[in-house]
Amino acid sequence: MLSDLYHVSAAPHTRSSVTTKNIMQDVIIALIPAGLFGVYNFGIHALMVIAVTVLACVMTEFLYCKYRKKPATVGDYSAVVTGILLAYNVPSGFPLWMAALGGIFAILIVKMLFGGLGQNFMNPALAARAFLLISFPNRMTDFAVDKIASPGVMDYLQKGFMAVDGVSGATPLAAIKAGESVDLYKMFVGQIGGTIGETSVIAILMGAAYLVLRKVISLRIPLTYILTTVVFMLIFGGKGFDTTFLLGQVCGGGLLLGAFFMATDYVTSPITPKGQIIFGVFLGLLTGLFRHLGGTAEGVSYAIIFCNLLVPLIDKATRQKSFGRERAAVEK
Amino acid sequence: MGRSTFLGGIHTYDGKELSMDKPTTVLLPRSDLVFPLSQHIGAPSKPVVEKGEKVLVGQKIGEAVGFVSANIISSVSGTVKEIEKRLTVQGTMVESIVIENDKEYRTVESFGVERDFTKLTKEEIRNLVKDAGIVGLGGAGFPTHVKLTPKDDSKIDYVIVNGAECEPYLTSDYRMMLEEPEKIIGGLKVILRLFENAKGIIAIEDNKPEAIKKLSELASKENRIEVHSLKTKYPQGGERQLVYAVTGRKLNSRKLPSEVGCVVDNVDTVISVYMAVAKSTPLIRRIITLSGDAITSPGNFNVAIGIEYWELLEAAGGFKDKPEKIVSGGPMMGNAMYTSNVPVTKVTSAFLAFLKDKAAVEESPCIRCGKCILACPLQLMPFELAALSNRSDEDGFVKKDGMECCGCGCCSYVCPSKRSLTQSILQTRASILAKRKKA
Repeated sequence: MLSDLYHVSAAPHTRSSVTTKNIMQDVIIALIPAGLFGVYNFGIHALMVIAVTVLACVMTEFLYCKYRKKPATVGDYSAVVTGILLAYNVPSGFPLWMAALGGIFAILIVKMLFGGLGQNFMNPALAARAFLLISFPNRMTDFAVDKIASPGVMDYLQKGFMAVDGVSGATPLAAIKAGESVDLYKMFVGQIGGTIGETSVIAILMGAAYLVLRKVISLRIPLTYILTTVVFMLIFGGKGFDTTFLLGQVCGGGLLLGAFFMATDYVTSPITPKGQIIFGVFLGLLTGLFRHLGGTAEGVSYAIIFCNLLVPLIDKATRQKSFGRERAAVEK
Repeated sequence: MGRSTFLGGIHTYDGKELSMDKPTTVLLPRSDLVFPLSQHIGAPSKPVVEKGEKVLVGQKIGEAVGFVSANIISSVSGTVKEIEKRLTVQGTMVESIVIENDKEYRTVESFGVERDFTKLTKEEIRNLVKDAGIVGLGGAGFPTHVKLTPKDDSKIDYVIVNGAECEPYLTSDYRMMLEEPEKIIGGLKVILRLFENAKGIIAIEDNKPEAIKKLSELASKENRIEVHSLKTKYPQGGERQLVYAVTGRKLNSRKLPSEVGCVVDNVDTVISVYMAVAKSTPLIRRIITLSGDAITSPGNFNVAIGIEYWELLEAAGGFKDKPEKIVSGGPMMGNAMYTSNVPVTKVTSAFLAFLKDKAAVEESPCIRCGKCILACPLQLMPFELAALSNRSDEDGFVKKDGMECCGCGCCSYVCPSKRSLTQSILQTRASILAKRKKA
């Protein structure tokens, strides 16, 4: 009987307990605070957008595997992460069918057609965001919140605290760009306009701290990214050392969400520590450029998908020198 | 001097608490003994006994062929029953001498005679080591007399005794350091006689404070010997990692330690050198750790080389429950076996049995997390080498330094996608080496 025999396989005979699934689960856990705040802030419709994108992503992957007669891969939860991230990148009032379309695009076009998990050359959620932004520019930049004069409990649930407390729907970055001042405290808590998952600095940082503690991500990419953006704005922002302006650049818009959750995506970021630092610097420079000179106030998602394309080059340029070699192997 | 550690590597559950406090017990074989003629690196030895011949303890039964080869010595007295192909730990069939044990343990005449090594010439010491059939007992099995014969004796400045024992579960070297530290110092003094400019360093990982204490006390009385404590990390006991941690000198795969002025020998090897030179006792016994969650009473055993694993297993009380996997050697670099009817050789350090086979996991696609790169103690890029291996790109593999891999297993261990990186890389490496040999 086969089961009576001892297993024979090549060494090592022990493995660490970390699995792809664990990692994805950790990312999902880390994304929960930002999502909860998004729903609190924008109301029940935000939750529906999240549900729809996750469902669209998971179903697309499941059906694709089924159609291509490949083993089902949805069990690794990576499609769930893509779905959540996509939802966090669209406004709360976004039409559900458009959200679903974004999810299908992210998984089918960007991920599965290139070979599935580990093969996509671009962050699927951000590529889908770019796709939606080009296809539906008005809806993607509509951060308006309907104001309610005398709210009841149901209003809180349906429309969120934003509508009730009468916070402006415009994003802080747009306000800064237009020369208006912003309220740093509100920005830190997240009672501002923006996409579903990007508004609350404190919620994003909680999730990021969890990922760092669990050793899912290192700080190399996020820190160099954020620092480079700050330095860029310090030099070229035109406001000098204005803390409100600089903090507004960091905390308003998608920088923190992008730096901690999307630029750190393993598949689409450089693999060597040195490469990750270069990647962070490039991201910061591009984000600064896009925000400073671009047509819109935002620049994070384009900066990330653009730098995703540079990853193979960065990897090639930052190969490690193997132990005991005078030069890196590739130069020989 | 080195930094007492190296870049990369992993921290894993070490399981040493199962057997580290168990004193070694001497185990006498009850059944036949099997001596494969190839249990070292280099040419297989050739049998010098015939079927039906009577042999004694300490008698040479296999003779070294050429310089890089090693003698094989009988560990029991009895009759040569068979010279035939037998299964080994590696799963290969190897020509072996089978001896029927008469349980009388009659020895050859010169066996156990005391000798004053301070009166021996270098040549005499080297010949004694060669005759005793000593090879690197840490696992590689490289003939020790070859290691002790570098091009220029005066250029060796460090003789490093490897007491790192970084493989999880293994405690045999640790027990030797606690139980027979005088022999380690003695063996090191023998080796230092060969290298007049060298300093003797006993390198021990800092998870073995008792051993460090004991050997430091003894070393303080010697002016050419000191103890170096190393940070605990796998694979600290790898030759290249050890040389770097102790001296700060870097070796690549094509360099021998002697080229950077070092000679590295395992604790058990050094004791064997002492026994061979000072006590006229060739390499016929070794210490083996029996451990793992499937073993009833884990422990350390002093066994005759040639004994079969199942006898050891009986001595340790058998299996608690049927294991999924049994391993000869450590869990990181040892060999899985499908049967325990194989003999202990000179390089066997442990017999482990696990209820669950942790390596029996489904592979999933690489997600480029980079953990293998950070874990590789040689700063290679395992995910890339494995990918090259999987598409048989041997030129690319060589170009990207795949031949530098030491097979430590760190990359496979850390991979969250549970990919068999080490296996792929070693397979390609072996195939390239085989082709080079042919050419």
